[in-house]
Amino acid sequence: MVTATAEPRSLPAAEGDGHKHKKNALSDGQGRLAWILLAPTLIIIAVVAGIPVILSFWQSLHQTNAGVDPTTGLVAGGDKFVGLQNFTAIFTGANPVTGSFGTMDRFWNAFLNTTFITIVCVILETVIGVAMALIMAKAFRGRGIVRAGILVPWAIPTIVSALMWKLIFDSSGVMNKIIGKEILWLADSGASFWAIVIADTWKTAPFIGLLTLAGLQTIPAEVYEAAKVDGATTWQQFVRITLPMVKPALVVAVLFRTLDTLRMFDLPYGMIGPGKYRVETMSVFAYQEAAQTRYGPAAAYAIILFIYVLLVAFLFVRILGAEVIGDADAPKKKKKKGDEEPAGPPATALEMAGGAH
Amino acid sequence: MSATTAEVREEHLSSEEIAKLAHPQRPLRQRIGVVLSYVGMGLIVVYCILPFYWMVVSSLRLPTEGQSTEFIPSPASIDNYKGVFSAQNNFGRSLINSVIVAGTTTILVLLFGIIGAYALARLRFRGKVLVLWLIMACSMFPLVVLLPPLLKMFSSTSPFTWFPYWINTYQSVILPGLSFGLPLAVWTLTAFFKQLPVELEQAAMVDGCTPGVAFRKVILPLAAPGVLTTAIIVFIGSWNEFLLALTFLQDKDKQTATVAISKFTGTTGFDTPYGTIMAAGVVVTVPLLIAVLVFQRRIVAGLTAGGVK
Repeated sequence: MVTATAEPRSLPAAEGDGHKHKKNALSDGQGRLAWILLAPTLIIIAVVAGIPVILSFWQSLHQTNAGVDPTTGLVAGGDKFVGLQNFTAIFTGANPVTGSFGTMDRFWNAFLNTTFITIVCVILETVIGVAMALIMAKAFRGRGIVRAGILVPWAIPTIVSALMWKLIFDSSGVMNKIIGKEILWLADSGASFWAIVIADTWKTAPFIGLLTLAGLQTIPAEVYEAAKVDGATTWQQFVRITLPMVKPALVVAVLFRTLDTLRMFDLPYGMIGPGKYRVETMSVFAYQEAAQTRYGPAAAYAIILFIYVLLVAFLFVRILGAEVIGDADAPKKKKKKGDEEPAGPPATALEMAGGAH
Repeated sequence: MSATTAEVREEHLSSEEIAKLAHPQRPLRQRIGVVLSYVGMGLIVVYCILPFYWMVVSSLRLPTEGQSTEFIPSPASIDNYKGVFSAQNNFGRSLINSVIVAGTTTILVLLFGIIGAYALARLRFRGKVLVLWLIMACSMFPLVVLLPPLLKMFSSTSPFTWFPYWINTYQSVILPGLSFGLPLAVWTLTAFFKQLPVELEQAAMVDGCTPGVAFRKVILPLAAPGVLTTAIIVFIGSWNEFLLALTFLQDKDKQTATVAISKFTGTTGFDTPYGTIMAAGVVVTVPLLIAVLVFQRRIVAGLTAGGVK
């Protein structure tokens, strides 16, 4: 490891200021070309995402006119500007519903549902995913079969998996038959929450497993050999070597899962149904409001969800150091020295052991 | 190993002993470890496959036995599959719609994503980090944010009365769909392009190619596996898309398969036709599974390279 990081960049040191264009005709002084190539992507993103988000913000400051126009006698249409009323309305408790967390405004109910589903799901998915990765990393044969199997939940459309779990969790379905109880999983009860958690964990834990496995495979075997020489137990190896070294891959996987779960829509909508307050997520709530033409509040809730997602992403990057962007410009370290030199394993292990102290 | 064997030979051991030394018995702990890893792998496969198995089994029952909990359908029947494609459900049309929507999205995304990703992977310019963050942020935002303004716009309600009526059109799903497909593609492709050594283009340009020709004739053929992987990942994502299609495609003739499945009703209208739904689910999933199984190595490489979704 030390040798790999200490290796000088492959770029010649002479490539400094002023002489760039002579050194690398492909990648220097071609900022204009880069922007031309990126223009279609950026324009599309601006049109299909940027402008709608701005419009959504504008929408969140408005409400649809309701009732009859007194002067014309026609049903009033159009919007009226209401300022931040759609946002402040969440604090007035005007729309109380009873969910898993007691009676509260429907927005806060959805907010808490989203938050708790995300926390529980992501923790379970991470634990199961890492366990899966550890097992797969140990495997000698049959890794192909496991990998194929692991991609099955990933490939199934979420809405199909929602309906599949709906059948499994039916009150007279196979889940109740196996556990020998009569739980009303789908009846907007406390069990519905766990039904969602189980279905989501099933679908996405393998995904975390895959990404973690990729991280595991970059850990050189010598590190473990050195640890064994030093008398580290399996648990110590896991905590001191495996976890720190898969952390970059794992943190990114967990970040993406967290953001995805915060936006969860298909699963509660397809499995339990809309308007079920025990499992109503913010996406379902905002969708319901929009579908009932209450565009203003819908946009406000969606914007709050957006800010929430951004905040969580920011915290991940800041606190856990998720390397989302990676090293944008520095070329990847080309090769590890160990790959080329037929260095004797004992010597390397000793080196590592020495370096570890 | 070879060194040890050589030493052993020098000491003139019997061939049996050599054979024994060449295949050393693993210590007990290690053998238990091997067994445990196989058990663990079995558990993983069961975990992943079992619910899907239940879907397949349930689709092969008689339509009247949709909620049966027998682990093997008896009698087995393909009536549910016939029901899926009956005129009432119009599911064949939905599949075609899904192919059109997902296919167009994939092609558009690749068209723009390839050149953008190439610029991000190879060229050095000011503001690259900003662009990367922008694309990343774009893949983060909840799709539901798009719904309120787009619903108004596509249904040409005020103040968007100037906008053409786009509800029940393919473009109403394809265009917003680009907002998650494009970041995904750019991200994955950038990782793939970065893996190709820059010396390739440099050699081509030394031989007199312009950067454009070097890209087209050298890089693109080499990056074809990466492009294919990206295409599969984007296609699957777009094929599985539900929220946009549910919102903008209400007409039965324009629904995509995912929306159609969610709206299946039984013949009587009250019972949930689980058998038919499961059969439709299998029909929607099987093409993806075949693609996934054929390209599993590539897909895993693509997912880990991009690290997205």
